Amino acid sequence: MKRVLPLVIIVALAFVPLLDRNASHISAYADTGGLVLLAFGLNIIVGYTGLLALGFAAFFAIGAYTYAFLASPQFGIHLNFWPMIGVSAAVAGLFGLVLGAPTLRLRGDYLAIVTLGFGEIVPQVLQNLDKWTGGPDGIAGIDQPRLFGFGFGFNPVPYYYLYLAIILVSLWLLNNLRHSRIGRSWMAIREDELAAAHMGINTTTAKLAAFSLGAAFAGVAGVLFAAKLSTVSPSGFDFNTSVMILAALVLGGMGNLPGVITGAVIIGLLNFLILPQATNWVQTLGQQMHIAVLASVDLNQYRFLVYGIILVTVMLFRPEGLIPSATRRAELHAEASSGAPAQADG
Amino acid sequence: MALLELRALCKNFGGLAAVNNLTLDVQAGSIISLIGPNGAGKSTVFNLITGIYAPTGGSIVFEHRTLNGMRPDRVTAAGIARTFQNIRLFSFMSVLENVMVGRNARMHASIADSALRTRRATREDREVEHRARELLDFFGLTSYGSEWARNLPYGMQRRLEIARALASDPRLLLLDEPGAGTNPAEKQALMRLVQSVRERGVTVLLIEHDMHLVMGISDAVHVLDYGEQIACGPPDRVRHDPRVIEAYLGKGA
Ligand SMILES: Nc1ncnc2c1ncn2[C@@H]1O[C@H](COP(=O)(O)OP(=O)(O)OP(=O)(O)O)[C@@H](O)[C@H]1O
Ligand SMILES: [Mg+2]
Repeated sequence: MKRVLPLVIIVALAFVPLLDRNASHISAYADTGGLVLLAFGLNIIVGYTGLLALGFAAFFAIGAYTYAFLASPQFGIHLNFWPMIGVSAAVAGLFGLVLGAPTLRLRGDYLAIVTLGFGEIVPQVLQNLDKWTGGPDGIAGIDQPRLFGFGFGFNPVPYYYLYLAIILVSLWLLNNLRHSRIGRSWMAIREDELAAAHMGINTTTAKLAAFSLGAAFAGVAGVLFAAKLSTVSPSGFDFNTSVMILAALVLGGMGNLPGVITGAVIIGLLNFLILPQATNWVQTLGQQMHIAVLASVDLNQYRFLVYGIILVTVMLFRPEGLIPSATRRAELHAEASSGAPAQADG
Repeated sequence: MALLELRALCKNFGGLAAVNNLTLDVQAGSIISLIGPNGAGKSTVFNLITGIYAPTGGSIVFEHRTLNGMRPDRVTAAGIARTFQNIRLFSFMSVLENVMVGRNARMHASIADSALRTRRATREDREVEHRARELLDFFGLTSYGSEWARNLPYGMQRRLEIARALASDPRLLLLDEPGAGTNPAEKQALMRLVQSVRERGVTVLLIEHDMHLVMGISDAVHVLDYGEQIACGPPDRVRHDPRVIEAYLGKGA
């Protein structure tokens, strides 16, 4: 059963575009796939290694703009999409290294603040370096992928399959990492950093690797995002996006891949499909019944209210997330009963 | 030349001399005990050796290498492993994984190896798991392998910490009150375990509160009090040293 279920889900997902012919739905599913990739990245940092990183959308922006610079009329450079997935991942990962090297020595709360600041600075820089970045309008006319002579264009279906394929490859990589030398090191650091160092783990390097690898996932998500939309602008990478990714992790359950996917899918569908749809319905209803308030309502504006309600509910009734790693579940239920963990004595 | 040589080792915390001018040799193949009352500076000696603190003065030489100020992960790689006075297991990792992490210093798989599950990575992982299971066997922990470390009975957690430390194949094992909080029978069993660890070829430096417990198994005993070494030598001599008796029973006793 445990082996069959994932297969069934994958096959079912492969058939979705054949069953649901509505392009805007498929587009929303594809965007949800983007959120899954982002949540994968943040999960390495927060879920596995226990580092609280905010402002994660900055790496998403870096991936998207890297592709935008190198595959658009902006500088007249038109590099091929496929290798650019790797290039943007590397660039975002490099930024992760550069940001992480000085800050990962800091204690947890400082890291949160520094990454929060980074998340604010990156969109600001993109907005203000308008000579290169196009300022608030961003960069348009970004090249879209071609595969064997077939252009993806604005048809969401090929993007949907591309996300699906990349998510499957990511799952394989992440599962390998989780059950390996580095995965165990990350978790040891999360559990007790000093003890981890005494296992011969270079904790600085391991944390940097987590940070950089997580950022690389956001970089990949960035390229796909920029290619699918064919345009990027700073507003797509603000703090709200960072909060959305973190909300997906908290909702689904950190540290556990099925949980991460579940959380990202729920938040993604809510954000990309359900709220826009509901807005349409309410507006149509308002027009038909001549209720001005309803006719002009925009439910998308309330999405943070909705996340907030969902998160508070989860925190109250299932603080470990919907599909938690067994670890976090026990952690959250154990600490309440057995008091603080053993105190450090060196 | 001894396996570990501490020379005039000092550590001050502000105005407090936690360790003052400690000179101590650990000969390869021996069990050396460090005893003394609360706050004597015993744990601080371990923390200096494994690089949690840098010494204020003096030197730490292990197999001809000076360890002063070396990072804990390097010290482990150099061949020293330890346990902690307050158990510091990876609570929410399995017992088996705890021991496998302990092997980290001897592993070579890169992140790319791990991510791509290369032959080299899988082979190494299999070996590490195999060795970890052997250690669990040796410490009577086999049946707990897939439990979380935190779910073990207290005495078993103490054993697991030793197993995890041994996973790095250390030449020197530092045990900080391994019997703390266990009952007398478990303490005796632990002391036998320490002897069998030595028989595996691992030199042991042992901190213990209870002087009588270590007398039977130690080749030499060093007594600390207020950071000063007040006596050292074979157990029988130390036991009858008036300064030791005074330190343990209190002045005026
Ligand atoms: N990080 C630190 N900062 C300040 N003082 C410290 C620190 N670590 C230890 N000390 C002090 O140094 C002295 C020696 O402490 P240490 O823990 O080495 O004693 P110990 O011999 O291990 O005692 P116990 O038997 O209680 O474990 C104590 O007075 C302690 O309060
Ligand atoms: Mg102590």
